[in-house]
Formats: sequence, structure tokens, C-alpha cells
Amino acid sequence: MSDPAAPLMRARGVRKYFPIKRGVVFQREVARVHAVDDVDLDLMPGETVGLVGESGCGKSTFGRCLIRLHDLTDGTIEFDGQDISTLDRKQMRPLRREIQMVFQDPYASLNPRKRVGTIIGDPLRIHGVGARGDVNKRVQELLELVGLSPEHYNRYPHEFSGGQRQRIGVARALALSPRLIIADEPVSALDVSIQAQVVNLLSDLQDDLGLTYLFIAHDLSVVRHVSDRIAVMYLGKIVELAPAEELYDRPIHPYSEALLSAVPVPDPDVERERIVLQGDVPSPITPPSGCRFHPRCRYATDICTTTEPPLVKHAEQHLAACHHPLNLRS
Amino acid sequence: MLTFVIRRMIATVFVVFTITVLVFLIFFHTPGVDPARKLAGRNPSPDTIKAIKHQYGLDRPLPVQYLILMKKLFISRDLTSYSNQGQKVVPEIVAATPVTLSLVLGAAVIWVVVSILMGVAAAVLRGTIFDPMLMVLALIGISMPVFWLGEMANLITQDRYHDTFLFSWVPPLGYTPLTQDPVMWFKHLVIPWLVLSVLYIGLYARVLRADLLETENEDYVRTARAKGLSERRVLLRHTLRTSMISFVSLFGLDFGVLVGGGALLVEVVFALPGVGLLTYQSLISLDLPVIMATVIYGAIFIVIANAVVDVGYAWLDPRVRPA
Amino acid sequence: MSGAPLLEVRDLSVSFRTQDGTVHAVDGVSFTVNRGEVLGIVGESGSGKSVTAMTLMRLILDQNAVFSGEVLFQGRDLMQLSQGDMLQVRGKQISMIFQDPMTSLNPVYRVGWQIDEQLRAHEGLSAKQARRRTLELLGAVGIPNPEARIDDYPHQFSGGMRQRVMIAMGLSCNPDVLIADEPTTALDVTIQAQILELIGNLQREFDSAVVLITHDLGVVAEVADRVAVMYAGRIVEYAEVGELFRGPQHPYTWGLLGSISRLDRPRQRRLAAISGQPPSLISLPAGCSFRPRCPFAFDRCRAERPALEARSGPGHLDACLLSADQKQARRAATPEAS
Repeated sequence: MSDPAAPLMRARGVRKYFPIKRGVVFQREVARVHAVDDVDLDLMPGETVGLVGESGCGKSTFGRCLIRLHDLTDGTIEFDGQDISTLDRKQMRPLRREIQMVFQDPYASLNPRKRVGTIIGDPLRIHGVGARGDVNKRVQELLELVGLSPEHYNRYPHEFSGGQRQRIGVARALALSPRLIIADEPVSALDVSIQAQVVNLLSDLQDDLGLTYLFIAHDLSVVRHVSDRIAVMYLGKIVELAPAEELYDRPIHPYSEALLSAVPVPDPDVERERIVLQGDVPSPITPPSGCRFHPRCRYATDICTTTEPPLVKHAEQHLAACHHPLNLRS
Repeated sequence: MLTFVIRRMIATVFVVFTITVLVFLIFFHTPGVDPARKLAGRNPSPDTIKAIKHQYGLDRPLPVQYLILMKKLFISRDLTSYSNQGQKVVPEIVAATPVTLSLVLGAAVIWVVVSILMGVAAAVLRGTIFDPMLMVLALIGISMPVFWLGEMANLITQDRYHDTFLFSWVPPLGYTPLTQDPVMWFKHLVIPWLVLSVLYIGLYARVLRADLLETENEDYVRTARAKGLSERRVLLRHTLRTSMISFVSLFGLDFGVLVGGGALLVEVVFALPGVGLLTYQSLISLDLPVIMATVIYGAIFIVIANAVVDVGYAWLDPRVRPA
Repeated sequence: MSGAPLLEVRDLSVSFRTQDGTVHAVDGVSFTVNRGEVLGIVGESGSGKSVTAMTLMRLILDQNAVFSGEVLFQGRDLMQLSQGDMLQVRGKQISMIFQDPMTSLNPVYRVGWQIDEQLRAHEGLSAKQARRRTLELLGAVGIPNPEARIDDYPHQFSGGMRQRVMIAMGLSCNPDVLIADEPTTALDVTIQAQILELIGNLQREFDSAVVLITHDLGVVAEVADRVAVMYAGRIVEYAEVGELFRGPQHPYTWGLLGSISRLDRPRQRRLAAISGQPPSLISLPAGCSFRPRCPFAFDRCRAERPALEARSGPGHLDACLLSADQKQARRAATPEAS
């Protein structure tokens, strides 16, 4: 392992546009979806960064860019000091051992025709790690590690509940002993009581194995629970980046403030000011000028419609992109 | 819409070109094919054959031959048959088209109506004995080869039981144009219609039943019930309406194929002088000009049917309409 | 309030015969809903909350379903009504909105038409009157520029806007009871906030009763007046909302509350997850269904099925055999569950 103060993954100016094509015979690009638009993010070794935002904000696309499931439109991604943004599939292969992904839907992301042992062991076989007997042993270790029993080796995914399937997904991701796991909504398809089990599992594994997580989710309570730092995305941009507690105590960006206040609190005695945002998220095909949040922002002024606010540091480790920052300490 | 039409036209030209080239090449590589020998009559001398070859341009390179054929077909429209000299191909097809259209349209009406009734009945009667019975009936319809069914129908109506009151009205095999005698037209066609539609009734009833049962589980059907609509209205306005989307697209394609010459077997069995019969005869005598003409005719109809299906699809399903 | 509740469910059970055995989806559920009140029904998947809601509307058409119990609405037992009479209740007196607004509207009809259809079925309005009323409704649920949107198709609306259309449809005939089955689960938090606010406002304005079904205790805390917590087809706790959150009595409710990370509290080190999986509804454990996962289970829990009754005070029912004092002691001893 290299310098612990250096980021494990460093994304700079990452952009991902999806072209919309139209034409009679030859398709030409008529517009583009600005899914991810100039995002910088560092993931330090051993930390969990939460990435939150509403559907369509580009958080999943960004996660997929990091693992190069999408090619970048622009920008660079470094993993452990190595620029991986232009590597081809073959060159990416050794890196797939280091970076793994856990997906949202535990029902759709496991091949229903394969046995659990095969699903978890496949990454090992594909990467040619260990002999046959070793693979079986490793799979059983992994099953135990994620709280399943080794007897589950020969069962099929449909024999498991949602929570158990997500454990299988985690075991598969861990098979190659990766250093970074990108978890895309890993618990949002699960029931509350099962969510807690999986969240606890992920945090135990982090403690035991020293993993780094990028935890992508729309549920702010869960993200806050698991994350050291949190990035808030809106329409393809990070609008705020802060240590978890700091973000919840003192959100600087009005969007973060509204997002937090929108989360229902399970206590009828708590009286909070509820900021209800009006309207829907604008289309990422034609994002608003200036600050992308201005049409829904209650603090917006003229400058917000014309000038895009840069992501600037407002406090130690606390960045936000807003012309009218809130909760600043004087 | 204009984009759509232009795209379709380009596609049609491309499809027709590809198919004609393929047919042309296959024709000249089929063993035993020598148009000149056929044109020359019995026991021709080599000189005659040579002369004929020259006259028909058969001694020229294949691409040139292809172009000449196309020119005669599309521009001068005076392409003549190889096996039956003097027979002009284009008017021949034009004359055969109404026969095929009469056959396929009539059968289509029958199969659409009957298969909707059967499919809906099976879906509504699900859980009773009638549903599997209807579906087995449909399967029997699908499994009966149309030529066999046609011959059986002929055997019964023309031969064995022709003299009974049941089938004495059935005219001898053949065709009478609608404009000439509508009653005769109908009498000639009603048995072929039924025979042709049996397969499609079975197919469509099964497809529709499956579609209806799938749609029945859709959330919006539950919403329709929750609105307090009657079962009848839920079925007709919600379940059936959305199930018709795939039904109609399937229909468009099958219809196109049949009009394009796919009803060949029925036309042959019932001696209906349609495009299918023409194709059949030209295939037997390996008559390139006619084969070429019928193939182009078929291709054009199928591409048009495809386009109509796409338009119909957009009409039935607002989600696929261009914004 | 005029004595009798608007809707009273008595000992409702729904089971489904399957090849693997009988699935006991809902098992002896009783509750009441009063005019102008929001009843929250909370539970995880498989708890029977949605089946209960669908049964109130008599929308379960599965031939293998077996029902028992009563659903008394304005003095009539809906379970005994003919399907024909039920049509008059459905959509007119009791209406329902569903979880997924993306699939709950028919994609091939204009949204205005879909609301009109319900108005015409129940109110006998002319096409013109129905359209005017639909425009009003679309405006009332906060659809901007309803004149322009009334003839749009569902796919031209966002998820939040479609749910507003569903709500407009639900309220179109001024129902006495609105059943909302996970109305915000498929929506983003900021849109969820909009929809909850809308349901609250409209409920006050129309003075309907609302049955809100959700898995989210936060949503319940914000909107409901009374809460029923369901587990494996049974109600395990039933109380006024403040009571439930201040002094939850059932260990399952404790578990649920401990499982969610809360934004209003300091961050815990670990979540108090409930161990294990919910039981199979085909072979429920004897006695208390929660026993296999309950850290406080004792001998009686295996032998005896706890009844839902007031153990801690009037109006606060729970189905746990521990006495109120025992519960308090055990809950105090597990800091994570507080």
C-alpha cells in the first residue's frame, strides 16, 4: 500500500454525457444528457464517502464511471496513483480485482441459473486466482464472512430472501479482496430491519478488511449512518461535500438543507421547519443556466441565474457551490 | 412524419434491391436453368439458341442482364414471360392482385373477429374447463396444415357431400370478380376464407389470451377496478385495449405476408388466380421474369405492411409517438 | 364524532391456498377509522398491510383467496356486498391510490380522460361537466397549468406529477375514505415531502378519513393520528401516534425503531438490527409469530398466541405477553433499542 495520506481514488473533472441521436439515414447528435458534469472527488483509503442525490442526479452514472463501466466524456480518474481513465478493457482487468461493485437489486443482479457457490467463485476463476480446491474453500470463507452458512454453497439465488441475496452480492464483491467497493443503493430494495443487518455487515467488513467504500444512495439517514464524508449531487454536479455530521448540522447549500428537511423523522413530537421544494428536478438535457438549483431555490437572486457558483471551501473539509451559503460560522 | 415516410421509402428501395439481386443470382445458379432453351422450343439448333440468347440479352454480363430486367419491369413495363411468350408480366400481376386481396381481406375479418372472441372468452373463463378447451381447439387449428385442410374442404364440398343440401350451393373451384357478381364472388371465396383463417384464429386467440392475462396483472387494471368501473368496462376499455397493441402489430405483419403471396397454398388448392398461384406456376416453370415480379410485389407489400404496423402502433400506444 | 366509526374492520383474515400450503396473509386484523382521521398501517413486506388494503376495496380476485371477518362501512358489511353493489362503493365512497405512479395509470389514455372516466361512472356528469371538474381537481392537487396538461398522456408526466394525478383521481368523487398504499415509496424525498403535504392538506379540506399504508415510520410519524404496526399478518401494536413513538410496547416496534438511522438523533455506532428473517406465512411459528426473532421471548411465547389488548394503558394495544413493567425494564436495559 502506498502513502496513506494520498487518495486511493481521485476523480478530476469527470464528465459523462449521453448523446441523443436523431436523423433520417445518418444519426446525428441533437442533444446530450448531462448525466455527470465536471465532478471532482477523492476517496481516501479506509473511508466511506456517501454520494446522495435524487433519481436522475447522476450519482449512479458517476459510480459506474469510476469503475469504468462507462467511458468518460472528459476528465481523469486515478486509482492508487495510476490514471485509469483511458485504459481499455484488457488493461482494466487487473484493476477489476481492486475495485468491485455491489448493486441495488439483489433479485436482478444474481444469475438465477447459477448456484451461489459458482456466483461467488466466478470472479476467482475468471481472474485465475487459486486452484480448484482453494476456490471452494475461499467461497465457504466468504459465505461465513457475510453471515451465511457454508451449506448455502449449492443453493440457487431464488431460495434466498432479499437480505440474504444482498449478502451473496457482497460476498461476490469481496471474493478478490478488493480495496475499493462501490455500493450503488445496496440497501434500498430491502426492508428496514434487513437494511440494518446489511448496513452493519458492511461496516463490520470495513473494520475487518480495511475497505474503502463509495456508498451511493438516495436515503439520507442510511448515508449519514455509514459515511465519513458525504457528497450531495444535483443534476450532474456535486453541490456540497462535507464530513457527515457537519453536513447534517450545518448544511451550506440550500439544496442539502431542503433534502435534509424533507426526510421524515420517526418522532411525532419533533417540530421541524419543513422546506418543501416546489416543482420537479429539471431535465439534465437542458440544465438551467447559472446555478442548476436556482429555479427551485428559495434564496435565489439574479446572480444565480447567470453565474455558475464554483465549489469552494467554506470550512475545514467542507465545500459547497452556492452564491448564498447558509450556516456559515462567522 | 415526413422523416418516417422518407426512411420507409429508403428502406423499401433497399429491401427490393437486395431481394431482386438475390433472386437473380440464385436463379442463374440453379442447375438446369437455361431460359434460352426454354424459349427456343423443342429440339432447337445451337444457332437458334445463340440467336435467342442474343435477342434476349442472355449473352451479356449478369449485371447488364439484371439492369435490363429491371428496366423492362419498372420503366418500359413490357417484360414478358419466358415460358409463355406474349404474356406480359406486369398486367398479369395487376390482374391477380384483387383476387389475393379478396381472399386475404375476407379471411382477416374472420380470423380477427373469431380470435378476439375466443381469446377474450378463454381469458374471462380462466379457471373453468372452457379455457383449456378453447386453447386445445386453438392448438388443433394451428396444427392443421392449410393445404391438407383445403383439400379436405374440397373433398367434402366439391365431392362427397356436394349433392347434399349443405354444400350444393358451392360453385366449382375458381373465381368471379366482385364487380361482376358479388354473390358468386362470396360463394367462391367463403370456403377458402375459412380454411385460410383457421391457423390464424388459433394463433391469435392464444396470443391474445396470454396478453390479456398478463395485462390483467398490470397496476393500471387494478386502478381501473379501484375506480369502481364495471368488470365489462375494465375488460373492454383497459385490459383488451392495451392487449390489442401487440395483436395489431402481429396482424399487420401477417396480413402483409399473406397479401404479398403467402396465401399461395390456399390459392393453389382452390384454384384462385391470385398472386400466390402466379408465383407457384412461375416457380414450377422457373420463369425468371414472373418470379422476379412476384417477389418484388411481395417485398413491397411486406415493407408497406411494416410501415402501416408502425403507424398503427404509434396510434395505439402514445408512448412510442415521436414527441 | 358521531359514535360509530366510519370504517370498522373486525377480525379480518385473508389466506391464499397454494400448492405449497395455505398462505396466511392477514390473520385476525381489527381496527377502526374515524372521519377526519389518518390511520397509519406500518409493516415490512409480507406483513399483510397491502393485502388488508386491497381487501377493504374487495380488489382481491384470486380464486384461491379465502376471506373471513367483517368490514363495516356506514353500517354495511362490505364483505357481504355483491360485486355490483361494491362498484358503488369503490372509487366513490372509498378510493385508493397505489405505490407506483409510473405503472398505475393506463399508458394509452390521456390523464384527463382517466379522471373523467371515474367521474362519469359515479356522478353521472356530462362530458363537459366532468372535464370542468377534472380541471379543478388537477389544479387542486398542484398540477401547474392544468388546461395544458389535461390532455397529456401519463408518460409525459414525472413520477411526482403522476402521483398527483392519482390523488386527483382518488379524490374526484369526494370519498369518505382514501386508502393510500405506499403512496410515496417510489418517489424521491423532496417529492415525497410534496405529496405528503398535499395529502395532509386535502384530507383536512375534504374531511375524508385516510388509511395510509407504509413501511416508513418517519412518514407515519409525520402524517398519521393513529398507528397499527403489522407483523406476519397480524397487528402487533395499535396506538395513538404520540403514544406509539414515546412508549412503544412491542419488541418488534422497538426493533423497527432501532433499525432506522435517525437524522434527529446523534449518530449511533451500530444499528439495532432485528436478527433473522420474517417467518414463512405458510408455516407460522406457534404462539407469537415474532418469537423466533425476539430477544426477550420466554416459555409462554411459544405456547400462547398473544392477543392484541391494552396492557400499558387505555387505547394503547399490543400483542406481547410481557407486562408493561417488564417491557419497560427490558427496553431500558437495551440502550440500542431506545
